[in-house]
Amino acid sequence: MPDPIHQFEIHPIVPIKIFGWDATFTNSSLFMLIAIFLVATFFILAMRGRSLVPTRVQSVAEVTYEFVAGMLRESTGQSGMKYFPLVFTLFVFIFTANMLGMIPGFFTVTSHIIVTAALAGLVFLTVLLVGFAKNGLHFLKLFVPSGVPIYVLPLVTLIEIISFLSRPISHSVRLFANMLAGHITLKVFGGFVVMLLGAGTYSFLAPLPLFMAIALTALEFLVAFLQAYVFTMLTCMYLNDALHPGH
Amino acid sequence: MAQKVTAGTAVPDQPGHAKVFPPLDPGTFAPQLIWLALTFGLLYLILSRVALPRVGEVIEERSDRIKRDLGQAEKLKEETEQALAAYEQALAEARGKANAIAKSMRDNLTAEVDKERAKVEALIAQKLTEAEARIAQTKSKALASVNDIATDIAGAIVTKLTGAEVSKEEVQKALIRRAAE
Repeated sequence: MPDPIHQFEIHPIVPIKIFGWDATFTNSSLFMLIAIFLVATFFILAMRGRSLVPTRVQSVAEVTYEFVAGMLRESTGQSGMKYFPLVFTLFVFIFTANMLGMIPGFFTVTSHIIVTAALAGLVFLTVLLVGFAKNGLHFLKLFVPSGVPIYVLPLVTLIEIISFLSRPISHSVRLFANMLAGHITLKVFGGFVVMLLGAGTYSFLAPLPLFMAIALTALEFLVAFLQAYVFTMLTCMYLNDALHPGH
Repeated sequence: MAQKVTAGTAVPDQPGHAKVFPPLDPGTFAPQLIWLALTFGLLYLILSRVALPRVGEVIEERSDRIKRDLGQAEKLKEETEQALAAYEQALAEARGKANAIAKSMRDNLTAEVDKERAKVEALIAQKLTEAEARIAQTKSKALASVNDIATDIAGAIVTKLTGAEVSKEEVQKALIRRAAE
């Protein structure tokens, strides 16, 4: 059976070392570059005309813009629009990386915990910085919900702090695990097809996992979009906490 | 660090290298982090400096344009309404003027007719009084001649009956005396 883990392996392409740090250009780096190249090229080419009546491509760019802007505006109000470029970059980067991973043989950047953890950590740090910069110590009110009886307040505050600190973990693991599990499942079902084909009498069963793989592929496309959306949505909600810790 | 270079990015099948689940292999963390920071940072710069302002600009311009067009449409509508109101006012004025003209015309005609009628009536009344006067005159004249005739006839009857000649004055006196009794 083909190894379902093989697709996640990282291969060096150009070994690079900067100040003793391993900065080897790997297949992961290559797909990151492809992703940002696609995104940047798409948005620059799409907006080349800058016409009032948009072309189809320009419409797609505008719809994406409005989609993310609407998400952010709904969660944080107008004050959060300052962080729109960050939220937008997160969305398109994760979305493109997820979608690139759906192409057979391509590497999925977001299937590595370190990548999703770095992105979640970036959001977490931004929330902390913005929270303290905007509200000072009032930001700590986030952990002390109002309207809670005084005798359970310490417990609730403790729970709030723990849940706040575990945010980057759930934030990163959700995306990572979804991408990882999806790709493993696809590979496993693909492997079943091959195995059944070589199983002599039972080879007539081979279409069953094939149909399953087809259905899962559709599901994985949905997951690829949905996880980018969920990641962005959570980023917006966390940013709202940083901007309006009172509620 | 140097050790991790070979460990992390090595081909997994390399002998002596313990097989690690690749998505969790700490040996690959450093290059992934570095390249993620580079690519993500670059994408952030491109999007925030170049691409997003362009999209935002176009969307804003479009919404401005729509707002402006709506405003203009509103203004034009207002103008239309004003023109309509002016038209209706003019119409009402014209109708009022027409009514006034018709009324004055009617009044004039009525006055003229009245004057004519008064004139005719006056003429008729005059003719009537003249006629009445003439009738009265004729009547009194006739009555006067009745007396004369009566006197003559009375004289004639007396003469016939008695054969005495009586003067007109005497008959008249007698008649007046009789009439007084």
